[in-house]
Amino acid sequence: MIWKVFLFLLLSFVLIAGIAFPIVNKPSLWYEFPFIKGLGQNAKIIFFHVPTAWLTVIAFLMSTIYSIKYLRKKNLDDDAKSYSAAQLGIIFCILATITGSVWSKFAWGSFWNWDPRQTSIFALLLIYGAWFALRSAIEQEEKRATLSAVYAIIAFITVPFFIFIMPRIMTGLHPGSADDTNAGPVVSFKMNSNMQLIFYLSLTGFTILYFWMWRLGYKSIILLTKFQLKDQNKQL
Amino acid sequence: MKSYYLFSKDYHSEIRTRYAINSLIMFIIVAVSVILFSIGNERVPGNLTAGLYWVVIFFSAMSGLGRAFISEEERGTSMTLQLIASPSTVLSGKIIFNLILVFAMNIVITFIYSILFEEFVIQNYILFIINFILGNIGLAVSATIISAIIAKAGSKGTLYPVLSFPILLPLILTSAKLTLFSIDGTSINDAVFELAIVACYDVIMVSASYMLFDFIWKD
Amino acid sequence: MNNYSLQANAVKKNFGRRLIFSNISFELINKGIFGISGPNGSGKSTLAKILAGLISPSGGKVIHKSNSKEILPERLHNHIGFVSPYLILYDEFSASENFYFFARIRGITPDKNKIEDLLKRFLLFNRKEDPVKTYSSGMKQRLKFIFALMHSPDLIVLDEPTSNLDEEGKESVYKIIGEEAENKIIVIASNEERDLSLCGNIIMLENFKLTGSR
Repeated sequence: MIWKVFLFLLLSFVLIAGIAFPIVNKPSLWYEFPFIKGLGQNAKIIFFHVPTAWLTVIAFLMSTIYSIKYLRKKNLDDDAKSYSAAQLGIIFCILATITGSVWSKFAWGSFWNWDPRQTSIFALLLIYGAWFALRSAIEQEEKRATLSAVYAIIAFITVPFFIFIMPRIMTGLHPGSADDTNAGPVVSFKMNSNMQLIFYLSLTGFTILYFWMWRLGYKSIILLTKFQLKDQNKQL
Repeated sequence: MKSYYLFSKDYHSEIRTRYAINSLIMFIIVAVSVILFSIGNERVPGNLTAGLYWVVIFFSAMSGLGRAFISEEERGTSMTLQLIASPSTVLSGKIIFNLILVFAMNIVITFIYSILFEEFVIQNYILFIINFILGNIGLAVSATIISAIIAKAGSKGTLYPVLSFPILLPLILTSAKLTLFSIDGTSINDAVFELAIVACYDVIMVSASYMLFDFIWKD
Repeated sequence: MNNYSLQANAVKKNFGRRLIFSNISFELINKGIFGISGPNGSGKSTLAKILAGLISPSGGKVIHKSNSKEILPERLHNHIGFVSPYLILYDEFSASENFYFFARIRGITPDKNKIEDLLKRFLLFNRKEDPVKTYSSGMKQRLKFIFALMHSPDLIVLDEPTSNLDEEGKESVYKIIGEEAENKIIVIASNEERDLSLCGNIIMLENFKLTGSR
């Protein structure tokens, strides 16, 4: 219970600080953020956009790991864990896409530019979408678990290709990408210490939130199937 | 040799039923004419023809290559295959079948395409052919393994392009880029990076397919 | 000399979280006819498929040994003959084309004499060049026996072997089961009294487990 209160306070603080703390040219007070060339006031999105994108990737990774685990042990609990991770993954993926494209409207002038990162997150959305479409098409639990696990692994190994080819095919506008001349690698150099602190607090808070939701998710899936099984046995 | 005879079985079956071939040919014609109609009298720049070329290839592949496993599952002969061949033989046989189909299909598409599109002029033939071979291998292998997944999922044919697209996207993007290079006349030395990516994709897809196929094939 | 053994160790199967059966253990050695019997839904067909290596058990192990060496799963298919109502041969090919491809895909040269002999025994010889889709269901069932026997397997698993067969067909099946049982292991999953009367040992599947044998 105590850590739920802690998580609530942490996220509230991040929310207030991230939105309310001013961005000034020469930060001197503890609550002031520095002005980053090319980002300006828009820089604040980093506290909410980056954690969602980070969790999209974490969720995909965990979903794949539990898929591999399922194929090795054939334990349906692992499938529930993989499914729960992917459910959160697609939510965070949509959030990252929306926050990103809102930001890009103000920074780059349009909602969608086919920047390498936008294309990559679009590809991730497609993978998640295809994965859920596959799952909903299969009735039988074990078959669904096996086939979706195989598909998750195949999809996972194609992701590195996007990282390599995207920058070659389209020029990057996204802060932190190789051809970005304004902001450069944002996180390490241009942020001052209090901005970094809020950023990492936000990252921690969102990650704890993710794991909490993930545990709730897979436990409820396992409980649900157990109840369904009991009902079936009663009818027999 | 075992997988060659499995291919030969599929080949004779295809000759008799002509299921994949007929729909494939019609699909190529439909796809190319839709593009031609939508272009009208406009002149299409070279980089657009390279992209459209791969659009035609992708959709034609989606109409024909899924048959490899879906036909077995529909007829209920998967169990028969399980009783006469090991999983790797089955996968090899189906990959051979799809490879032949993809190469035949893409030769036809390239031929039709170069007749109908004046801007589709290849400057660097060697690059085009290397990309053609590597791209087709990747396309055939990925399409085969996805076809196996779809077949076991209950022959939901509509899902096939949905599942294949994210998997094929890196290959299609890179191959389209390489096709553009060969139209521009870029030298092979400048295209080594892209060629390496396509080759890597092929190798990784082949090994992943053979590693994961056992799980798909055995209920 | 054929030295084949089939060993089931605490085999368990569930579909999803629903248990079909568990803790099934027995051993079959060298030759003889063994029956699997039990009410509908008790998992006879599932057990037959697990023994033939077509599906994997959820727990436990099935070990096939030839000359006391364990057979690798990817080579198992050449040691097994399997007949089941769910088995379907290629419709668009004739019987002899089917058997030609099956032998080739197995990696053996088709033994023409053996196939023709089997075709004659199952009364299909004069229909062997017709496509299978023109066959009646009884003829298809007889064709499956040729499919199961043509590569001289060590273990023959028969799931409801006499379904769809007329008297004449049943007689030829019983006769050939008797002959093959001289030097092979035959497993019959069935509820037909006459099928089970051939069996030396019968295991009963009931209430998710092995309830007895006779």
